[in-house]
Amino acid sequence: MTDRTSEAAAPRPANALLLSVDHPASAVKWAFGRHFLQAFAFNCALWALQVLASPGAMDIKFVYSQAIGLSIWFIIDGGRLLLRPNRETGWPNARRATVLIVVGVLAGYTIGTVIGDAYCGCSSWELRTFAPRRLALTLFGTALAAGVAIYFFHSRGHAEHQRAQLAASERDATLAKLTLLQSQLEPHMLFNTLANLRVLITLDPARALAMLDHLIAYLRATLSASRSNAHALAAEFERVDDFLALMSVRMGERLRTGFSLPAELREIAVPPLLLQPLVENAVKHGLEPKVEGGRIDVRAERVGDQLCLTVRDTGVGLAPAGVIGAASHASAKPASGAAFGLQQVHERLRVLYGDRAALTLEAATDAEGGVLARIVLPLDKAGSAA
Amino acid sequence: MTPTALIAEDEPLLARALQSDLAQLWPQLSIVANVGDGTEAVKQALAQQPTVCFLDIRMPGLSGLEVAQALAEDWPDEAANAASNFPLLVFITAYDQYAVQAFEAQAVDYLLKPVQHDRLALCCERLRQRLAQRADPRTPVLLSQTVAQLRELLGAVGAASPNAAPAQTSVPKLDVLQAGVGATVHMVPIDDVIYFEAADKYLRVITAEREHLVRLALRELLPQLDAQRFWQVHRGLVVQARCIASATREDTGRVTLRLRGRAEKLSVSRLYAHLFKSM
Repeated sequence: MTDRTSEAAAPRPANALLLSVDHPASAVKWAFGRHFLQAFAFNCALWALQVLASPGAMDIKFVYSQAIGLSIWFIIDGGRLLLRPNRETGWPNARRATVLIVVGVLAGYTIGTVIGDAYCGCSSWELRTFAPRRLALTLFGTALAAGVAIYFFHSRGHAEHQRAQLAASERDATLAKLTLLQSQLEPHMLFNTLANLRVLITLDPARALAMLDHLIAYLRATLSASRSNAHALAAEFERVDDFLALMSVRMGERLRTGFSLPAELREIAVPPLLLQPLVENAVKHGLEPKVEGGRIDVRAERVGDQLCLTVRDTGVGLAPAGVIGAASHASAKPASGAAFGLQQVHERLRVLYGDRAALTLEAATDAEGGVLARIVLPLDKAGSAA
Repeated sequence: MTPTALIAEDEPLLARALQSDLAQLWPQLSIVANVGDGTEAVKQALAQQPTVCFLDIRMPGLSGLEVAQALAEDWPDEAANAASNFPLLVFITAYDQYAVQAFEAQAVDYLLKPVQHDRLALCCERLRQRLAQRADPRTPVLLSQTVAQLRELLGAVGAASPNAAPAQTSVPKLDVLQAGVGATVHMVPIDDVIYFEAADKYLRVITAEREHLVRLALRELLPQLDAQRFWQVHRGLVVQARCIASATREDTGRVTLRLRGRAEKLSVSRLYAHLFKSM
């Protein structure tokens, strides 16, 4: 359980990936084209309003509307992309955006008016001398329309971004759940167990039945672990027993087990499947690689106001940490299911208890060797793991 | 000649079931050894020289693939014992999709656990056909062909396995080796190492001046070495290429290496002999 492994599991990359695939050149082109059509439609609506207000010269009004509206749109929407927009809003920072909008409205209005003038062969700038109020009014109307359009694009972009983020976090959560399930329903374990069951059915039906019951209990506990928050420590020990019973059919004399659960601790509520990853780790990395096998002892004891759960194996032990910085058997293969399981335990303890709980993994110090994994949980006054 | 078989399977019930199924499907096949770990499998296979080896992939000691590699390296030469044919190998696995792909590609037989009766019958049929081909003097099976096939297989499994492939890219290459002797830790620059030799759970690290002992498996060290500079020449031997002075092919076909800076000679296993060809 090193920092390295917990960093490796940080779920950020999926999110980053999503944003980066959302912004390739082609996607930007598409968005630009879509915005063009939206701006065009918006200008058509403005034009229709103008025609309704004062009929006549429809073509001239159309050219002015589109020329001014599209110029403003082009400057602001294009400028927005050039000014390195913030990924969340799709806009540059507030000061730059304000400057861009003011410049866009003024310059777009000027360019659009020049185009419109060229079409009708008159000069709008003459209004300055005999009807300055009308000129100010059209400029004000243009700014107002631009404001409405910008608000529309901005809120749409924001909503789209939020949707994308929501989808990304949902994907992260699903991925984490899948990884957890995959680490617990490891195919190698399942198929080997089924292979043994297949043999026992003809060889020793009574034992086959017992093994099947353990398998059912194991599968049910694994699949429903995420749905309950706590169960009695005695139930946790039963789940561990299910797993070890399956393993001892498979490993025969190579696996010996011992349990120690004092009666007064049986009813203490603990998070489900807290011990199981430790036991699976002990079997997979401790005893399975060892030719002569060994023993696993699972114990619970009360130490002051703390509950101490230990899983001790007499397997091959931790890889030497001093030599070439070789990692322990928990982190040697960061991708393996067992390491993931341990990391899950670590993470769940942190979420549930903060720094009042701990998971440690150390080399056993006596002659038998192997590994000692220990979980320490706080006990409240009523005697349940608080 | 009666065909013989070795079963290497660490789960006792499965080993027993395979033995009784084989007895039913192929009564002539006599099981000469039934072992529960890889190390014992190599020892028994070399001693008994069975016709067929059923090898579980995940076993304590050595994996089924490592057993195959050890057999390919240590099997006696054809010249020495003309009758000794390399055993036909059947790998057994519960779920190793990468290995299975490699077996398919190399046309090596394999069984998936739980082993089903019909599939085992088909496997026996194939084995009998292969044995019939071997008995035919017109189609001699040379050890070198088997070795070449195994080399391809081990290479394919090594490259495709999920543990090996990402590890090789993500594990940082080693610069300095820390070898502890009592309270002192010797810092050995990796460039000074002439060769590494596996010795049980330890690794001998040999430089021009002296040798160090490090508690590390060669398997764990390999991904941390630059494969261009450090060549594996035997399952327990990795040599720095620039320290090799010459490679000589003996009359028996074995390749021997002479080193710069060390007097001893190293012998290359037949799985890696192809590395030493003149350019």
